[in-house]
Amino acid sequence: MSNEASAQQLSYIENQASDARVNIELETEGMTLNLGPQHPATHGTLRIIVRLDGEQVVSAEPVMGYMHRGYEKLTEVRTYPQVTTLVNRIDWLGSFANEVPFILAAERLMEVEAPARAQWIRTALFELSRIANVVLFLGDMAVQLGATTPVFYAFRDREFVLNQIESVTGGRFHPNFDRIGGIKDDLPKGWIQETKDVLVRINSFCEEMEDLVVGNEIFQTRTRGIGIIPADTGLAYGLSGANIRSSGVDWDLRRDGGVGLIHDQLDWKVWTHPDGDSFARYWVRLQEVRESCKMVGQILDGIPSGPIMAKVPRIIKVPPGEAYVETENPLGIMGYYVISKGDLVPYRVKIRSASFNNVSITPWVLKGVYVPDVISILASLYFILGDIDR
Amino acid sequence: MGLVENGKLPGPLTKLLNISRKYSLWVYQWGLACCAIEMGAAFASPRYDVMRLGVIPFPASPRQADLVVISGTVTDKMAPAVRRLYEQMPEPKYVISMGSCANCGGPYWDSYSVTKGVDQIIPVDVYVPGCPPRPEALLEGIVLLQERIASEDMTDRWNRDPIVVT
Repeated sequence: MSNEASAQQLSYIENQASDARVNIELETEGMTLNLGPQHPATHGTLRIIVRLDGEQVVSAEPVMGYMHRGYEKLTEVRTYPQVTTLVNRIDWLGSFANEVPFILAAERLMEVEAPARAQWIRTALFELSRIANVVLFLGDMAVQLGATTPVFYAFRDREFVLNQIESVTGGRFHPNFDRIGGIKDDLPKGWIQETKDVLVRINSFCEEMEDLVVGNEIFQTRTRGIGIIPADTGLAYGLSGANIRSSGVDWDLRRDGGVGLIHDQLDWKVWTHPDGDSFARYWVRLQEVRESCKMVGQILDGIPSGPIMAKVPRIIKVPPGEAYVETENPLGIMGYYVISKGDLVPYRVKIRSASFNNVSITPWVLKGVYVPDVISILASLYFILGDIDR
Repeated sequence: MGLVENGKLPGPLTKLLNISRKYSLWVYQWGLACCAIEMGAAFASPRYDVMRLGVIPFPASPRQADLVVISGTVTDKMAPAVRRLYEQMPEPKYVISMGSCANCGGPYWDSYSVTKGVDQIIPVDVYVPGCPPRPEALLEGIVLLQERIASEDMTDRWNRDPIVVT
């Protein structure tokens, strides 16, 4: 007993002495910070194990799989029309955009092509879902840096976009509207004019964000020069979308891909930024919302008349073959590699989602930054957990 | 406050406690999947504005929260964290299960990695169906929960059926 007590006393004294030593010599000890799986700043269930030396990050390791729902296995037991219900929920902010590459891949296998009107409506909804997605980012990034107001504005104006999507598709969030060979329904009456009003609203939202966030001194200090990703490193990690365009790579599948959407018939611009820092990523996305508004405006003016559905059999059996289609989704490149054996269900679907690659750069980009910058970098990389884990 | 747990509190005091609980429900911000965005729309957007109901969506820690909205798919990997965060909440605590995934597995009913219903790991007070439910549906669930809290008696708290929003 007395031995134990004295051992305790000894260890206590030793601890005191070691504390004192630290205070004198200003030694720093390594510390492991567990960011997540639930953390207000990770907007989802991503867990990042950050090892810190004082305020600086020594290493960061993302732990994924907290939102893994087994999509690739589930698609093997769903018929082709049922798969779109499922893939809506991969990137849940821009749901319609998830359906498009899968439907295009199935169409390529079946060798059908959607009528012109269907393709135009598809593109309009594709861009509207991009607006719904990125508008939330524009507010969310600010809220993660400590400015609460922009997210209220983002939710306010996003509601109007969702209303427009809902009035066409019937689904506010997960439309499940795209069909093999066309789309489900035609546009409702008065939709075109209403959407034009919403576009004006979104444009003024972009102006607001330009004033409130981009022009804000605190925002600039916390994002400029933070988390710089050079173009070659970004390409090596497989970054895509606005993340790679903000590193100065002029690459957009809507312009360069040539898949079954009609972006090549519209007049728009691919924005890039030479800096590659968090600020650039925000700025590029802000410009993309404006470009999307421009595109939707042109589509609404030039939408052709005609049928919305090609001739497809009632029970869809896709002939054997393989197809890979990728499109420029709100978060980056999303692709589906579909293998069919001539069944009602796909034999195998490989999903290439943008966020998985975008988040894979975090160990590289977080090395050596300070703790508050971790949040700024993670927010600006803009991943969605369903898109990472699937 | 040991009297509260014993259920021997005088009537007027119970009523006072219930009213205070009803109008200061602190909701833990916890986004899991798609439903988190609809929850965010209900909490943060000016159109739905949950704070007019006396629900405060500010706490960033479960230890300050009275109510947690399980908004979205709970996977088997996430389930221990869900359980642990629930256990950290102080009593009395309430759980709203939002969306089909949290209710029963939803579109992932045959998935190998999804927990089919969060009620397997924590007790649920209100089920809000939908995939995802509209923000109005979540508000309805909160209002029904508040009605229940207003007439709550600690003795039968654990013996009641959950509310299902229809």
